[in-house]
Amino acid sequence: MAKPKVAFYWCASCGGCEEAVVDLAEDILKVVEAVDIVFWPVAMDFKKKDVEAMKDGEIAVSFINGAVRTEEQEEMVKLLRRKSGLVIAFGSCAHLGGIPGLANFWNRDTIFERVYKEVPSIANPKGVLPKTKTKVGDMELTLPEFWDTVRTLDQVIDVDYYIPGCAPPPDIIMNAVSAILEGKLPEKGSVLAPDKSLCDTCPRSEKKPEKISMKEIKRPYEIIPDSEKCFLEEGIICLGPATRSGCGEKCINANMPCRGCFGPTKEVIDHGAKGLSAIASILGIEDEEKLSEEDVQKLVDKIVDPAGLFYMYSLPSSLLRRKKI
Amino acid sequence: MKDDKLTIVSFLCNWCSYEGADKAGNARLNYPANVRVVRVMCSGRVDPEFVIQAFKEGASGVLILGCHPGDCHYKKGNYKTLRRIYLLKRTLEGFGIEPERVRLDWVAAGEGERFAKVANEMVKTIEKLGPLELSEV
Repeated sequence: MAKPKVAFYWCASCGGCEEAVVDLAEDILKVVEAVDIVFWPVAMDFKKKDVEAMKDGEIAVSFINGAVRTEEQEEMVKLLRRKSGLVIAFGSCAHLGGIPGLANFWNRDTIFERVYKEVPSIANPKGVLPKTKTKVGDMELTLPEFWDTVRTLDQVIDVDYYIPGCAPPPDIIMNAVSAILEGKLPEKGSVLAPDKSLCDTCPRSEKKPEKISMKEIKRPYEIIPDSEKCFLEEGIICLGPATRSGCGEKCINANMPCRGCFGPTKEVIDHGAKGLSAIASILGIEDEEKLSEEDVQKLVDKIVDPAGLFYMYSLPSSLLRRKKI
Repeated sequence: MKDDKLTIVSFLCNWCSYEGADKAGNARLNYPANVRVVRVMCSGRVDPEFVIQAFKEGASGVLILGCHPGDCHYKKGNYKTLRRIYLLKRTLEGFGIEPERVRLDWVAAGEGERFAKVANEMVKTIEKLGPLELSEV
């Protein structure tokens, strides 16, 4: 029997998801043994025309990482969708929008202004901005259109499953790959990770007091957090209560709080709203009867850029998707 | 209100503010029909998701009314609401949504007049801001 064909593709992402595949270490050999990789721009020399030449549905699974923000990315994922039996949104950016999704607090014009004119590291005296068409002599050079809004993969094409994480950890990837190879997949649209909150599996949860109270907000650089205490107890915002587990608690073990890359659990519609709700509930809870409205404002105002913090990984997948323009 | 397309979704706690609205009705006090009432058991039940969902579905303002501090039927629900809604307003600013579009206030069961006053003020505020036009995405 022919091996199932597999494709990998990247859109608006950092390349970390590609490394996550390589991070499978020896396990990647098992994957390569079981499948035939037919398209993987970062590692192999297949072209778009090779994909176009395939029959519809010929690729068994496409793993697509990155959010969608350009015309080219949209075209490629639509092509891969047509050619694939299953499409897996791989990693935070394809799943939720991820870090590139923070661009939805801006738009194309403001991003171009900043990146090509204002940043201290740029020398652009003529103020040239990227254009979709440029005349050079009698030739015309083209670039793909850059959209105002970054989208998640499922806002552009139909997605069968999601592998979360920035980047997805090896065990989550291997479990997903095994489930696909063995045909043991859950209901379509599932996130292939546990449906528990991070606090549930947090190594610090045993020492957590019964009631957590945040007396005040501290930013991670302001203190050296105790490596055994719950971050919230120390005043550091951790999105563990609102975030899906399965990441292996890498950040927590490196003494850094959760920033939400696995996205929310199944029931949650808006990850950021849940995160802010959880934090606001325990902030100043000890003396809550005594706090005036001004006291509350003072406490909460210590959170710099709440929109950016609570929607760090999930802005394009949130209810509002972007800032008003 | 002139523009009856402007919708203000209001979440009223069962024990104080909903009773207050009822009092306003009994006393035949006027408030504009733009204010649409949703009864919840406690203002603390108002998940920030509800507020955002209301905006997403076309509301131009959201009004949350609960018992006065110290009077919460569940003792401390409204304290949490106070912190939660303030943080939500700060967060919505990042989305370009004016914080005035969300108002949290306290109306006791006997305060029919206060309910009508707050509802009228809210409608005026939203009238001034105009409809919330979210970007098409």
